[in-house]
Amino acid sequence: MEDPMKFNYAPAPESRSIVSIKPKYGHFIGGKFVAGRKHFPTINPATEETLSQIALAGVAEVDAAVKAARKAYTTTWSKMSGRERGKYLFRIARIMQERSREFAVLETLDNGKPIRESRDVDVPLAAAHFFYHAGWADKLEFAGLGTSTKPHGVAGQIIPWNFPLLMLAWKVAPALAAGNTVVLKPAENTSLTALLFAEVCQQAELPAGVVNIVTGNGSTGALIVNHPGIDKIAFTGSTEVGKIIARAVAPTQKSVTLELGGKAANIIFEDAAIDEAIEGIVNGVFFNQGHVCCAGSRLILQESVADEVIEKLKRRMSLIRVGDPMDKNTDLGAINSQEQLLKIRELSATGDSEGAERWSAPCELPKKGFWFAPTIFTGVTQSHRIAREEIFGPVLSVLTFRTPQEAIDKANNTPFGLSAGIWSEKGSRILWASQQLRAGVIWANTFNKFDPTSPFGGYKESGWGREGGRHGLSAYLKGVSHE
Amino acid sequence: MSNRIDVKKTYKLYINGAFPRTESGRTYEIKDAKGMFIANPCLASRKDLKDAVVAARAAHPGWNKASAYNKGQILYRIAEMLEGRRSQFIDEIVSVTGITKAKSEKEVTDSVDRLVWYAGWSDKLSSLSGALNPVAGPYYNFTVPESMGVIAAIAPESPSLLGLIDAIAPIIVGGNTVIVLASTKAPLSAMSFAEVIATSDVPAGVINILTGKKDEIAPWMASHMDIDGFDISGLATKAHGAVRIAGAENLKRIYSFNSADPGRILAFLEYKTVWHPIGL
Repeated sequence: MEDPMKFNYAPAPESRSIVSIKPKYGHFIGGKFVAGRKHFPTINPATEETLSQIALAGVAEVDAAVKAARKAYTTTWSKMSGRERGKYLFRIARIMQERSREFAVLETLDNGKPIRESRDVDVPLAAAHFFYHAGWADKLEFAGLGTSTKPHGVAGQIIPWNFPLLMLAWKVAPALAAGNTVVLKPAENTSLTALLFAEVCQQAELPAGVVNIVTGNGSTGALIVNHPGIDKIAFTGSTEVGKIIARAVAPTQKSVTLELGGKAANIIFEDAAIDEAIEGIVNGVFFNQGHVCCAGSRLILQESVADEVIEKLKRRMSLIRVGDPMDKNTDLGAINSQEQLLKIRELSATGDSEGAERWSAPCELPKKGFWFAPTIFTGVTQSHRIAREEIFGPVLSVLTFRTPQEAIDKANNTPFGLSAGIWSEKGSRILWASQQLRAGVIWANTFNKFDPTSPFGGYKESGWGREGGRHGLSAYLKGVSHE
Repeated sequence: MSNRIDVKKTYKLYINGAFPRTESGRTYEIKDAKGMFIANPCLASRKDLKDAVVAARAAHPGWNKASAYNKGQILYRIAEMLEGRRSQFIDEIVSVTGITKAKSEKEVTDSVDRLVWYAGWSDKLSSLSGALNPVAGPYYNFTVPESMGVIAAIAPESPSLLGLIDAIAPIIVGGNTVIVLASTKAPLSAMSFAEVIATSDVPAGVINILTGKKDEIAPWMASHMDIDGFDISGLATKAHGAVRIAGAENLKRIYSFNSADPGRILAFLEYKTVWHPIGL
């Protein structure tokens, strides 16, 4: 299967010398690093090398973090003018930009995503989120949300492992801009960039306790969700855990936003610019190893172009460079954990057993670490598990349609509603389809684009609320007259 | 004076533009303020709710697609029809609730005016909460509010008519369809209001009205997997927790309101953000 056009790239490894990883980390509470009691290892999923020992927060640590956040809210942050709050956020944005290479390398080591992506997407967007929200801090009364809004108080924020620093920025920046203080828990497997962010808070001289970071697993998350001293919960993660959180806070006064799973349809109409669409399909589902809640994981092809698209897609997939995430030429990095790899394998196996046809790009996978070759299943029907469940890996399910209405019906046939893609050269068809699709983000002739000014979030079981823009800001204020 | 025997009305449910009796055959008794029998309205069953959800789901695409102008005119038409039947509603509310005629007149007047107020919102919602987002790249990017789907609502016990209108109008003006449970103690004006709706060009299934017991129907509404949102303003606060827990199964959007403001409308809208490249 060696493609005659394939270039051979020399290795172009990024140096890891810019980061210094401590052998052991504690929590960041009240502006200081405090030692943890129990620890668990965090590994580089591309090599299985242990990078460091991460502290497991229990009742005492979560309680201390909530108390520090409350104290900071009451004595400092809620009394400070929006202009001064905003200047702290601008400082944070600038320091993140200054230390962007360090963040990118650390993110790639801890998460397994290609350095090209952490360098060009995750870290710059994270800084942009702080810069955008910094500007809101002294303009909240002009956000069109009413003139009597107030911050909630202490926000508990629980984020996933797929975009560790970026999800931190999506959570912390609007919370602080609106005047809240936070207790943030990064994902168990990817705590390192959050702990580096704690250093940024120190360099920015952010008042102690405004940002508190406790590390741990789901048990730590549950302690945050159920803590009576927390006023607002923001969670990004699976729909399954989102429902547990929704039930847990149901009898309380806590405000909640949830960014959950997805099973996005990427619809290719016969009049699409096929070569551009191929790039869009690849970016849609193989970006970040497919560890993306809004990934275009269901390709819905018009029958008349299906053979052509699949043939071109396979050719393009065989050019995807899978391997060392630290190599600047790598397109597809490591699967984030063994657990996730097993889940991808299990769901893919149901694709085989339920009668879909598997094709994986021919590529050599590294011996150590967690890897999964870019894969498509053709002949998928709507009842197949690989068409219904979120795989959260580099696996694409292909369905076909004859009429535009059939495409919409198939696209909407899911309990999720986070995102969708449309590829067509006809403007009226794009606008029609974007109206019909029941999803919070529609990418037309593009895919997986993000911006702090652009609200992101889902319909149906993909979550509650939006992040980004004015709509995202409103989630961190109470007394909002509308939204 | 007159020896004429009144022709009394049978109060039924309002589902999919028709007036069926409850399939359960169950009713309960409504007496006037002096304890005299007035009517036997339906005690709606779980099956009645399911039928109403099927009707509301089927009606949603058409109503969602109707232009904002059209939706506004239909809401205004409801106000026109209610205005024309003011005296019937004033008398009915007085007889069931025992409030003074002056109070009843005010409630009906407020109800008509409230409908007119909501009608005017239909074509202003995207100005209020939409956005053109200045993303850092060559993309045209906008956010628009869009209806959420099928919404259930529990109307408050009183005011029985104005409360019902606050439970219906903000939900439908943005393109949702609704199943509303009327006041249990004072359900008659709700079912008479169904007659107003039936003559106001509201497409069948857009508004469905049930009568019955809150503690029976609210949990069914909360756990129904094809209901997207739930207005529990008319439900006792102590019952909110259980309803929210049941509603988490499909992550229903559940809200309670204590005033008529645009927030009531926007709560049951979703925001859709569309990206398209800009280029030659």
